[in-house]
Amino acid sequence: MDIYQENILDHHRNPRNWKLLDPYDFHASDENPLCGDTLEITLRVDENDRVVAVGWDGHGCAISQAAASMLGEEIIGKTLDEIKQLDKDVVLDLIGIPLSVSRVKCALLSLKVLKSAVYNLESQQ
Amino acid sequence: MYDVARIRQDFPILSQPHPSGKPLVFLDSAASSQKPSVVIDAMTNYYRTQHANVHRGIYALSEAATHAYEAARDKVKSFINAEQREEIIFTSNTTGSINLIVQTWGRQNLENGNVVVLTAMEHHANIVPWQILAAEKGFQIKYIPVTSDYLLDLEVFERILSEGNVKAVSVGHVSNVLGTINPVEHIIERAHAFGAIAIVDGAQSVPHLPVDVQALDVDFYAFSGHKMCGPTGIGILYGKRHLLEAMPPWQGGGDMIARVTLEGATWNDLPYKFEAGTPAIAEAIGLGAAVDYLQGIGMEAIHQHEAELGVYARERLAEVEGVQCYNPAPPYASGVATFTLEGVHPHDLAQILDYEGVAVRAGHHCAMPLHREVLCIHASVRASFYLYSTREEVDTLIACLQVARQRFL
Ligand SMILES: Cc1ncc(COP(=O)(O)O)c(C=O)c1O
Repeated sequence: MDIYQENILDHHRNPRNWKLLDPYDFHASDENPLCGDTLEITLRVDENDRVVAVGWDGHGCAISQAAASMLGEEIIGKTLDEIKQLDKDVVLDLIGIPLSVSRVKCALLSLKVLKSAVYNLESQQ
Repeated sequence: MYDVARIRQDFPILSQPHPSGKPLVFLDSAASSQKPSVVIDAMTNYYRTQHANVHRGIYALSEAATHAYEAARDKVKSFINAEQREEIIFTSNTTGSINLIVQTWGRQNLENGNVVVLTAMEHHANIVPWQILAAEKGFQIKYIPVTSDYLLDLEVFERILSEGNVKAVSVGHVSNVLGTINPVEHIIERAHAFGAIAIVDGAQSVPHLPVDVQALDVDFYAFSGHKMCGPTGIGILYGKRHLLEAMPPWQGGGDMIARVTLEGATWNDLPYKFEAGTPAIAEAIGLGAAVDYLQGIGMEAIHQHEAELGVYARERLAEVEGVQCYNPAPPYASGVATFTLEGVHPHDLAQILDYEGVAVRAGHHCAMPLHREVLCIHASVRASFYLYSTREEVDTLIACLQVARQRFL
């Protein structure tokens, strides 16, 4: 099945929250060395650790970038604990169509970067 | 007359339908070529009627297998015009051949203060083995840069040589990304003038061009069976006899010894000193059949056909808005067209082309330094042609690119 459904192409053409936040509370970046796709995320949370703003940047294939755009919309309003509970099905459901093994990696880069950020694996401002 | 329609009939996979139901347009032969029936049949026939281990049995079947295995060596020897059959060593692939050189000749001859010269357009197979040994031995690696015309910068090469201490120069004959045919004859001559040995990665040349190792005066030459119509699992290392004689063995085990005692061992003669364990017998036989097949068509004719397709493909690509090609101009160009399409990531492009039955490669093609540090891109799309490729396939590729562009705009 053609994975370039209209929703994916739409997020690819007009990615949501595609600007890094400054200041931010959480930040992470990572890359898929195999294909060179890169993603960077910044998050801002309120006093209850609820995400109030997301900012992405990066480049790569339509799947990796659209997945980040979709996931970013999904997590606004969620608490850090809720984000820690997210698993890969969330991203795959957002994509909505079956991906081949090699493309699943593209889609999941966003989740990996998001988790690094909330687990504070990189610098916190 | 080069009859591509006839040649295509020799390759069963080319008439198989693609999962999309469309005809298969296979444009990834630089990664691995398809196989003609004669190669498939030679291997099947060996397993059905001739299989036994080689060099060991005192019985007819083993002798037949040994004969067939060694006949393949003779075919490879004449294919690249080596002087002696002892100079042809069977390995697993180009990667295995280069690692063999690095771990034997390199380990024996390189030390702190020495320099090994590579190029910025090398495949990882001709970079990483050297880096591993350099980390251990402390020698330095210097790279010949790539010019904006996608050629090697020979002035810088000359400067590197004159800076001194160069012990080995190891270059790809044809770049697997750019398709550049490098002036290896000149590079080898200059390396020798400075007392260095010359190694050539021939993974992308032996399948596509006539290669004469004696005329080149190259010291080591490495290539793979699977890119030249042969099977996977077999590679070739050519080495000048006096160098191979002086080198220690790499892997120890059966076949590579003359005599073993509980205290030690002595080594078998060439080429067996470097062929420890049961070799890839069926694969060698398949490779021999591939050599016969390629010779039957003629390497000059194959090269001509691919070079023409390359020119045609790059001309047609130039018609597509947003395409940038990364290939040199003739006579340095070969049957490769590497490009990016603005606004469509190479992986997305390859996926969309696959929906249309067109198989191309997208990514860094095992040449990350070339992509990131020279071309300043993360990935590219590569269409590579072989003896069975056609102009109609190029036309299909171009038509699909136009469709992809429309969809992503
Ligand atoms: C120029 C070059 N060198 C080395 C290799 C490695 O070949 P193999 O994977 O058969 O060892 C390749 C194949 O991709 C190549 O194109």
